[in-house]
Order: sequence, then C-alpha cells, then structure tokens
Amino acid sequence: MTAPTGVVDQAFVWLNDPLTWTEPGGLLELTGEHLLMTAAAVGAAAALAIPLGAWLGHSGRGAGLVVWLTNTSRALPTLGIILLLAAGGLFGNTATVIAAAFFAVPVLLVNTYEGVRGADPDARDAARGMGMSGGRILLQVELPLATTLVSAGLRTTIVQVVATIPLAALAGGGGLGQVIAFGMGTQRYGEVLAGGIVVAALCLAIDAVLAIGQRLATPAPLRVGAATRRRRSAPAPPRFDTGTV
Amino acid sequence: MPGNPWFSWSYVVDNAPVLWERTVEHAGVTIEAVAISAAIAIPLGALVSRFRWLSGPVLGTVAVMYTVPSLALFAILAPLLGIGRTPVLVGLVVYALLIILRNTVAGLATVDPAVLDAARGLGYGPGRMLVQVAMPSALPSIVAGLRLATVSTVALVTVGVVVGYGGLGQLMFQGFRNNFYRAEIMTATLATILLALVLDLALWAAGRALTPWLRRRTA
Repeated sequence: MTAPTGVVDQAFVWLNDPLTWTEPGGLLELTGEHLLMTAAAVGAAAALAIPLGAWLGHSGRGAGLVVWLTNTSRALPTLGIILLLAAGGLFGNTATVIAAAFFAVPVLLVNTYEGVRGADPDARDAARGMGMSGGRILLQVELPLATTLVSAGLRTTIVQVVATIPLAALAGGGGLGQVIAFGMGTQRYGEVLAGGIVVAALCLAIDAVLAIGQRLATPAPLRVGAATRRRRSAPAPPRFDTGTV
Repeated sequence: MPGNPWFSWSYVVDNAPVLWERTVEHAGVTIEAVAISAAIAIPLGALVSRFRWLSGPVLGTVAVMYTVPSLALFAILAPLLGIGRTPVLVGLVVYALLIILRNTVAGLATVDPAVLDAARGLGYGPGRMLVQVAMPSALPSIVAGLRLATVSTVALVTVGVVVGYGGLGQLMFQGFRNNFYRAEIMTATLATILLALVLDLALWAAGRALTPWLRRRTA
C-alpha cells in the first residue's frame, strides 16, 4: 500500500498465488458454485419462459403482456430486488438463483415469443394445409424456425445470469462475487480488482463459448451469413435483450 | 421498532431530505452519463454508417465492454480511478454507449434511399445530407436508444454502491445493513423505478417535440 499502483500489484500477486485458486473456498470452487447457480437459474427460467413464450406466440395472445414485461424489467434495479428478497427472509444461494431466474425470464420469453410469432406465415399455412394439428405446427414448424432467436435469447440470458449472481454476494449470496464483496468489506482493493477481473473474464469466456454454440445450434440456412448472401438487403435478425447488470 | 413494515409513509416523511438528496444524485449521474455517452455514440454511429468497414471492430469492441458485468467493471475501475463518482460515471457511459450506438446505426441504415437520392439531386454535400436529411430520419431510432439507455442506466446506478456512489442504491444497501429495514429498501427501490419512468417520459416528450412530422402522419 505504498503507491497507487500497489493495488494493481496486489491484485496480480493475489491472482498468482496458487492457493488463491485451489484452497477450500478458493477461486476454482467459487467458479464451480457460480456456474452451478447459473445453470439452476437459467434452467428454471427456460422451463417457464420457453413453453410460455412458444404458446403465447403460437396463439398470438399476450402481445401487450410481453411488451410490458420487457419494458418494465429494464427499469427494475436488480440490486433492489435482491436486497428486498433478503429482507423478506430469502437468503443465500437459493434466493440468488430465484432473483437471477426472475431477471432471466423476460429475455427468454420475448425471444421465444418473437421467434414463434415471426415464423414465416407461408410455412405455417403449408403445414396447416398438410393437415398438421396446432401442436405439431408449433413443435415441427414454428419452433425450428424460431431457433435463431431462442438461441440468441439463451446466450443473452446465460451471460446476464452470470453477471447478476455477483450482485447477490452483496446480500450474502455465494459465487465469485464474494471475492469483490469481501475485498470491499475488508478494504483489500487488490482483491476487489482481482475479483472484478475474474468475473469479467468468466463472462467474456462464456459469451465466446456460447457464440460458437449459438452458431452450431442455428440451422445453416438461417445463419446470418447465409441470409445476407442470398438477399443483400436482408435485415439482421433482431436480438432482444434487457439492460445489462 | 415495532414490526418491520414493507411500506411506511412516516419513513418517507421523516427522511424526505435524504431521499431527495439521493434522488438528485441518482438523476444527476444518470443524465450526465447518458449525455456523455450520446456525445460519443451519435457521431461514432454516423462515422460507422459512412465507413462500413469500421462497424465490425467498433460494434464488437463496444459489445465486449457491454458484456462485462457492472459490479466487475466498477470493481476494476475503482482502484484505478478512486472510490466515488468517477468510476460509476465512466462505467455507466460504457454501458449506455452500446445501446445508443446500435440504435444510431440502425436508424441511419433505415433512411429511405429515395430521400437520400432526392437530397443528392438537390446538390446536398455529404455533411449537409447527414445533418439535414439522414439524422432527422434516424431521430426516432436514436431517441428510442436514448430512452433505453436512460432506463437501464437508472437501474445500474444502484450497483455503484460497491464504490460508495450508488444514489438511491446507497439507501437500499444502508437499509439492508440496518437490520433489513424493509421500508427503506422498498422506498429506495420504488423511487428508482419511478425515476426511470419520469426520465423515460421526459425523453419521450422531447422526442415527440423534435419530430412533429411523425405526429401529423399518424394523426
């Protein structure tokens, strides 16, 4: 703590210590916990939002609800909601997963809704003409056509959840945010900086992996490159997302 | 303290000065961040639309910065810029940048080519074309971007509490530490949402006033 650059040095010394990573409650364990919580939150949100969004998009109902939900969810301060849950007695990792899932639902819902809604009407008509039932049209025509938007939504959601979980550490939750919260509490700013770097790196790494996954999940004819090659003026597929956290 | 109600009007009355102070702080840092961000993003958007090869690298870089979570960004900036308002302001500018930039580029991309052609035929140079033709056409999209950026910035300011400058977030966190003072957390959360709605409404009204031609068309 001699010079202002001391903080940066401390961060690197701390990150370079193998014990930082491998000790019980070290970075590796925290990262694992972080990813488990992410999986739980995204899984819960997807289980609710994808079927609901698909059904709303298929039946054409609830357009107002979907628009309202996206707009409102942007204005909700994540930190406030997490602290309110804590004040209501919901603590720890379960509360964190609930809060993160809560913020993940609007993105997934809107993307699924828009994807199903925006399926080519001609394809839908052809399916109906072939005698497909409503359920089969949804499962075999509309949802495959919606893959681009649904996978874009999943990618946004996962990154958003990974980014939301650290906030919960301020309210006693687990995951990598603990490093930042603990460093702040004990005024060890080197650890704060190191924690920030680790969380940022995790988010960027996951986003990069998902970008590749998203490309693989998208059927070749629906890929952005394919569309622009066929029609020069094809608009880029919209990517709906909520505010960052 | 008898009970711990979620809503308490007496809390609001007793703490009106500090609530007001935090709200002004919150609104101030939001407006400043969005203004700085707009001053960077709108010209940058115009530049990117003119030189297409720039759009990949520029939008990519901004998107990467957008992916970094706010808590992490504030934590990284704080040791470098010091605790307080500066790291929060810088972080918020970074986040608003992507939203405004994306909407500016999208708005400029949808300008009617026939209108551009007509302007070119009238002898408009590239500069005049941008300022007098393309920008007004893109204005609705830019205003939409500004509104989006403002609403999410209001929500993000609260995270600034980690570096000691969270506006209404300070009250949320203080209430949390103060034995889960529910009324304080709830009031601060509702005030944050209200502030977002008020600023959104103000920008909507400004956008409407700036684009009278759209009103006539729909009327």
